[in-house]
Amino acid sequence: MVKFFEAKNVVKRFGGLTAVNNLSFTVSQGEIFGIIGPNGSGKTTLFNLISRFFPVTSGEIHFNGQQLENLPAHKICNQGIGRTFQVVKPLRRMTVLGNVMAGAFLHTSSMGKARTKAEEIIDFCGLTQFKDSEAKSLPIAVRKRLEIARALATEPKLLLLDETCAGLNPRESEQAIGLIKRIRDAGVTIIIIEHVMKVMMGISDRILAINFGSQIALGSPQEVARHPEVIKAYLGEDHA
Amino acid sequence: MNKIKKLNWLFALLVLLAAIAVPWVIKAPYHLHILILVMVWATIGTAWNLLGGYTGQVSFGHAAFFGVGAYAAGLLNLHYGLSPWWGMALGPVVAALAALPIGLICFRLRGPYFALAMLALGEIFRLMFTNLTEFTNGAKGVLIMPEITSKMFFYYVGLTVLVVTLLVTYLIVHSKIGYYLVSIREDQDAATSLGIPTTFYKNVALLPSAFFTGLAGAFYMNYVAFIDPNIVFNLSNVSVMVILVVMMGGVATTWGPTIGAGIYIALGEYFRATLGSANVLVFGILVCLIIMFMPNGIIGGLETLKQKFFRSGTGLPGGGNGEVLRS
Amino acid sequence: MELLSQTIICGILLGGMYALIAIGMTLIMGVMNIVNLAHGALVMVGMYVTYVCAQEFGVDPYLGMFVAMLVLFFLGCLIQKFMINRLVEVESILPENQVLLTVGIMLVLTEGIRLIFKSDYRSVVTSYSSDTLYFSGMAISVPMLTGFFIAMLFTFLLHLFLTRTDLGKSIRATAQDRDAAVYMGINASKITMITFGLGAALAAAGGSLLLPLFYLWPDIGHLFTAKSFIITILGGLGSTGGAIVGGLILGIAESLGATYISMGYKDVVGLVIFLLVLLFLPGGVRSLVKRWQA
Repeated sequence: MVKFFEAKNVVKRFGGLTAVNNLSFTVSQGEIFGIIGPNGSGKTTLFNLISRFFPVTSGEIHFNGQQLENLPAHKICNQGIGRTFQVVKPLRRMTVLGNVMAGAFLHTSSMGKARTKAEEIIDFCGLTQFKDSEAKSLPIAVRKRLEIARALATEPKLLLLDETCAGLNPRESEQAIGLIKRIRDAGVTIIIIEHVMKVMMGISDRILAINFGSQIALGSPQEVARHPEVIKAYLGEDHA
Repeated sequence: MNKIKKLNWLFALLVLLAAIAVPWVIKAPYHLHILILVMVWATIGTAWNLLGGYTGQVSFGHAAFFGVGAYAAGLLNLHYGLSPWWGMALGPVVAALAALPIGLICFRLRGPYFALAMLALGEIFRLMFTNLTEFTNGAKGVLIMPEITSKMFFYYVGLTVLVVTLLVTYLIVHSKIGYYLVSIREDQDAATSLGIPTTFYKNVALLPSAFFTGLAGAFYMNYVAFIDPNIVFNLSNVSVMVILVVMMGGVATTWGPTIGAGIYIALGEYFRATLGSANVLVFGILVCLIIMFMPNGIIGGLETLKQKFFRSGTGLPGGGNGEVLRS
Repeated sequence: MELLSQTIICGILLGGMYALIAIGMTLIMGVMNIVNLAHGALVMVGMYVTYVCAQEFGVDPYLGMFVAMLVLFFLGCLIQKFMINRLVEVESILPENQVLLTVGIMLVLTEGIRLIFKSDYRSVVTSYSSDTLYFSGMAISVPMLTGFFIAMLFTFLLHLFLTRTDLGKSIRATAQDRDAAVYMGINASKITMITFGLGAALAAAGGSLLLPLFYLWPDIGHLFTAKSFIITILGGLGSTGGAIVGGLILGIAESLGATYISMGYKDVVGLVIFLLVLLFLPGGVRSLVKRWQA
């Protein structure tokens, strides 16, 4: 059987620094797959490898029977992989509607269709009241949701979410988690990065924990949370 | 098609009718001459705006396309004895062909480096056209004998060129392509993540931009009947001038370049007439003031003011996609 | 053979003085991250100050240079504080509006000077202007030699300033990481002002050194802007050492070009090299050195 998503022995070196060291994992369709690790452990680099913003040093990435690591970056989206950015990158001087339409144009050239599609998604993400606001004027929580909406407009089968809850207050976090669950229920597989453990425990089906670019644990949230290496990485030697 | 969009078209139609009526009201050749120059600059500005304003790729080398268009018309006449009006067909095509390799080279670079590379390319064109004396007549330039001298005729040709340029640019901007171009300007990484092939779309913006700049060049040659490399490939009087025209009127707006060209040419002529040798100095001071206080041009500035007074959420400084989304 | 070595030596001497101007530009670009198209105009204004000192008050150009440096330092500070710095607060669609502002400044400076001095070609004649040293069959002009050594002296002093003094260290820190520098308590807006002033002063020094060798007219600024760019891109942004190497390369290429290729195509060659470096060697000579070390 062809695996839905698979990373095989992925390595990324920047000069002498190994940012991602021989990571292998698979994600099945319909799953929420979490990746955790301390700051600078290589999580975002891994996303940048999957979405081809960086070339891999070695290793293979397969998605839906397609090999990704030689495609140009903009083709990744056509394959059905959407992503958000840790430091949000809104199209600042476009409205929320414009942002989402820019994504919706991937599958249509008609202004009317793109607009209808975008409005649906804006509604789904609870952004209706901001529809005509310029992206640069939005508060951070809304910008993060806009990132997700824009990626959803490209109709991804797999969505890469990079620290969607970072910088949000508890209530906003709750809302974000609710949205992520709704997206999964709509049939989109999700890989999510977060370094807030609590968030990850609640929504992930499986979690991969990494430190210094290498895997330290992989399994259900409970297994990973109890794993001594994970505790050590998060809390320091004394607690292990 | 809602009300606002219909109103916009109605407004455009009224402006066009007014423009058609002008030569019956203003008959002085000098005034018509200024209006013809305004249309040349409005055309170049509108073309530049597609690449610079909407796509955010600030070109300091549009003189290359302008000059190539102008020389296409002039050299047809010089070497083959053909009417320079054929240049109106050939000039834009040659300019677009020249843009192809330029795009492939320069779009490897981002931001100020792109601007510098275009600047260097514009200068290379000027030097090449100066030095290839056998082909281009070098610094001596190209002189043609115009068949028609009626200012009113040139006015209408210029108006047609401008209207076509405005229309095509408008249609490009208010389509999927327009959304993609603005996305690239706003954030290249985000655009890539949405499946937009950024280099391809930058070229999509460059080609019509070069095409219409070349068209303006060919028209200019027919109108003034004499060009040399220092006139049409000039860095400050063409490449930089067009940027200032667009900035003055409104970056990334439909009407901005035309308004900017009108003000610029009119002010330039007024200063020349009244201030004598200080005219360029006053002009320069004005340029600094505009960039410092009204960087998004008169239209952008008005939008900002309107927002301050009315707190209307929909008005976007500099237009961008605001016009689209209000449709 | 003598022609070749004389050409090369000429190029090196010229290049040293170009380098001083380019160091001014690279300093500004490094700290402020802007492309300064008014740099050549600053050189030109500096040259006119020195010219006036020599013509009206009979001050030797090598002394007048210090007046020019002082004047340009303050001019640079004012331009940065009241014009360029303002743009940080203005929201603009085109990030290149800073570049355009420098174009406006260039226009104002050039036209201001043209209004005062007209477009006439001027030159400063001193008792030693046409002195030449003969050295194993080669003729080397004295002003060129003097200019080169003064330029190198200034470069050395600048190096000491940047590495040994607190102010110099603050400038380097701001260039490396502005935010971090601000967190460390550096007053970044003061530093950028001083940097711009310093860059302008160096431009004035370089221009004054070249004054005995060049005709002076208001549009000469374009020439120096272009040269500084080529040198800065060749040498690698923000690198003083790179600017010297870039300056020497440009100087030698220019005098070889003038001697052996037609004058007309000389500038084309320079621009093509500029484009190639921009495209294929974005870090300039410095990145080559790094690559070779690694």
